Amino acid sequence: MYWEAINECMPRDEREQLQLERLQATLFRVYMNVPFYRKTFDTLGIDPDAFRSLDDLRKLPFTTKEDLRASYPYGMFAVPLREVVRIQASSGTTGAPTVVGYTRNDLKHWSNLVARILTAAGVTQNDIVQIAFDYGLFTGAFGFHYGAERIGASVIPISSGNTRRQLKIMQDFRTSALLCTPSYALALAEAIQESGTSVSSLSLKYGLFGAEPWSEAMRSELQDKLKIIATDNYGLSEVMGPGVAGECLERNGLHINEDHFFVEVINPETLEPVAPGETGELVITTLTREAFPVIRFRTRDLTRLLPEPCVCGRTLTRMTKVMGRTDDMIKLRGITVFPSQIEAVLCATEGVEPHFQIEIDRKGALDEMTLLVEVSDSLFSDEIKDLQGFMDRIRRDLESEVGFPVEVKPVEKKSLERFDGKARRVIDRRKK
Amino acid sequence: MLKLKNVDIFYGKIHAIKRVSLHVDEGKIVALIGANGAGKSTLLKTISGLHRPEQGAISFGDSDITRMAPEDIVRCGISQVPERAHVFKPMSVEDNLLLGAYHRSSRSAQTSIRHDIDRVYDTFPVLRERKKQLAGTLSGGEQQMLAIGRALMAKPKMLLLDEPSMGLAPIIAREILTMIAHLRQQLGLTVLLVEQNARSALRIADSGYVLETGRILVQGTADDLLANRDVQRAYLGRDAE
Repeated sequence: MYWEAINECMPRDEREQLQLERLQATLFRVYMNVPFYRKTFDTLGIDPDAFRSLDDLRKLPFTTKEDLRASYPYGMFAVPLREVVRIQASSGTTGAPTVVGYTRNDLKHWSNLVARILTAAGVTQNDIVQIAFDYGLFTGAFGFHYGAERIGASVIPISSGNTRRQLKIMQDFRTSALLCTPSYALALAEAIQESGTSVSSLSLKYGLFGAEPWSEAMRSELQDKLKIIATDNYGLSEVMGPGVAGECLERNGLHINEDHFFVEVINPETLEPVAPGETGELVITTLTREAFPVIRFRTRDLTRLLPEPCVCGRTLTRMTKVMGRTDDMIKLRGITVFPSQIEAVLCATEGVEPHFQIEIDRKGALDEMTLLVEVSDSLFSDEIKDLQGFMDRIRRDLESEVGFPVEVKPVEKKSLERFDGKARRVIDRRKK
Repeated sequence: MLKLKNVDIFYGKIHAIKRVSLHVDEGKIVALIGANGAGKSTLLKTISGLHRPEQGAISFGDSDITRMAPEDIVRCGISQVPERAHVFKPMSVEDNLLLGAYHRSSRSAQTSIRHDIDRVYDTFPVLRERKKQLAGTLSGGEQQMLAIGRALMAKPKMLLLDEPSMGLAPIIAREILTMIAHLRQQLGLTVLLVEQNARSALRIADSGYVLETGRILVQGTADDLLANRDVQRAYLGRDAE
C-alpha cells in the first residue's frame, strides 16, 4: 500500500531531476531570504547560480545545531512571521532548544509525508491510533497526529506518561496502532505484564516507534511482548519532525522521502562523503520547506544508505536504523562503541530489561566503562551468589561484543533516570 | 516528456535565464509564471528553437532538441502559440489553419489535413462560422482560438502557450484557459503555459514554476503555489509586506 504511489515509486532518474530543480530553487530562496546563508555564501565566495548538479552540494558548507542555536529564536526563518502558522522547538535532548517554523504549505507537506510513513507501516483509515508522544513543542506528536488524520485513522491524542491510563484507553478504545518511543513501548509492555492483562485481549496490530535509536533485538522483544508489527521511523524537528523516513512492512531499512529531503552520509571526522553504503553521519538538505529551509544540516545521527531496490516497490532509498548519535559514539581505548551494541546484548539476556546507563571515567591512564542495568525484582531477592553469576555472564557477553572489560552494576527497576520517555544513555565523566 | 537541465540563455548581453531546470510530464499542464521581463517568453522561444541556449540541455521524449532547427522541433511534436496570437491578418481563417500544417503539405496528406481542420472547427465552432472571414477582423479571443487551432494543425504532442490571455477581457481570458484544459483532456495534450495571470493559470495547471530574475524561485503543485507567499506577493496581487 502506498499513500502517494506516483512520488514513492517514481523512477530514480525522474526523481533526480525533481531534486535538482527543488535544490536550485531552495538555494536561490535561502540566498535571497536568510541572512545567515547569504553571509555564509558570500564569505566563502559561493555563487548559488553556479549550482548545476546534485554533486555540487558538496561545495556548500554544513549547517550545524550550533548555527541554529546562534540564530535563536527566528534568525533562520525564510519567511516573515506573519506567514508562519506554527512554531515548534526541538526537544533539546542535547542542549538548548532550536526553534522551527512552518507555513501552511509546510504543514500540508508534513501531513502528507507522515501519511506515507503510516501507510507504509500498515496503518489505514480503519485503525485507531494512540499517539503516546508528548504533545507540545516536541514535533513527534503533532506530526503523527496530522498524518494519521490525513489518512483518516481515528486519532487518540493521549500524549506521553500516565501509563495506567494509557493501558486503560488502549484496552477500552481498542487501540490498533501505538505510536511512541521504543523505550516507552517497552515500559508499556512491562506494565501490561505486571497488570496481568493478556496481550491477546488487546487490539494492537502495529507499533511505530522512533525518536531514539533502538536495536533489532529490541524490535523482536517489542513484537513478541505486544504481539505487533513494529516499524522504525525517523525524523528530526530541525528539518520537519517525523516523516523524513520510515520502514515499510519489509522492516529492512527506512525509506527516505527523497523528493522532499536530499540526504548525504559523511565521515563525521573528515567531513568527506563516505563510500556508498558505508556508515557515517546523515546530512539533510530540505527541498520543499518554505519557512525553515536548511542546507546540509548535520543530524549527528549515524546510519548507512541501502541503495538496492526494496521489494515493496518504493524507489525511495533506504537507510538502516540509526545506530546511534555522533555524540553518543563512545571512544574508549581507541575503540568505538555505540549504546545500541549494549542494548543488543541486554535484550538477548533474560532477567534484565534493556534499561541501562553507561558511565565512563578515567582511572589513571585508562578509560573505564561501567554499565548500570535494571534487573527484575526476582533477581534481587534471590541469593547474592546467583546475582553475581548472572552479572558475570553479562560481563562476558559485553566484553566479547565491545572488545574490552566492562564493569556491570545491577540497579533496581525504574531507578534510572528517564525524561519524556527518552532514556539518557551515556554519562561521560572523563576530563576532556 | 519535456526536460530542461541547467539552461542558460543570453538575450544580447543580458544573462536572461540562469541555469534553469524544469520538466513537464506527459499529459500535464505546467504553468510558468513570473513578472514581466522575468524571462518566460525567452525560455519558450528557446524550447521551440527560436533562440539558442548558451549552456544546458533540452530534451523531448528521447530526443535531444537543444540545438535542433525550429522546424525539426515542430516535427518532434512541439508547437508554440506565440504571444498576442500573431495570426496572419490579411488571410482567411481557413488559410491560417492550413498554414499550420505547412510541414506536412504533401498531396497524400490532403485528406488528413482536411480532417484535422474539421476537428479544429469542432473544438472551436466559432472558427467554422468565420472560416472565410479575414483573420484580422476576428475579435481578440477568436484570434487566440485561431492561433491555438493553427498550432493544433501540426498535430503536436505538446503545446507551448505564451500568454494566451494577454489583452483579453477577463471573461474571454477565462474561456480560453478553460478551452486549454479541455484540449488536454480531449487530445491528451501536454501543455507548458506561460502566464502573467498567475491565478487563472494555476487554476487549470497541475504544477508550476515561478521564474524571478531569470531563476526558478519555487517549484510545486498548483495548490502549493497558490498558497505560497512569494507567489501571492508578486503575482496574485496580495500585499504581503
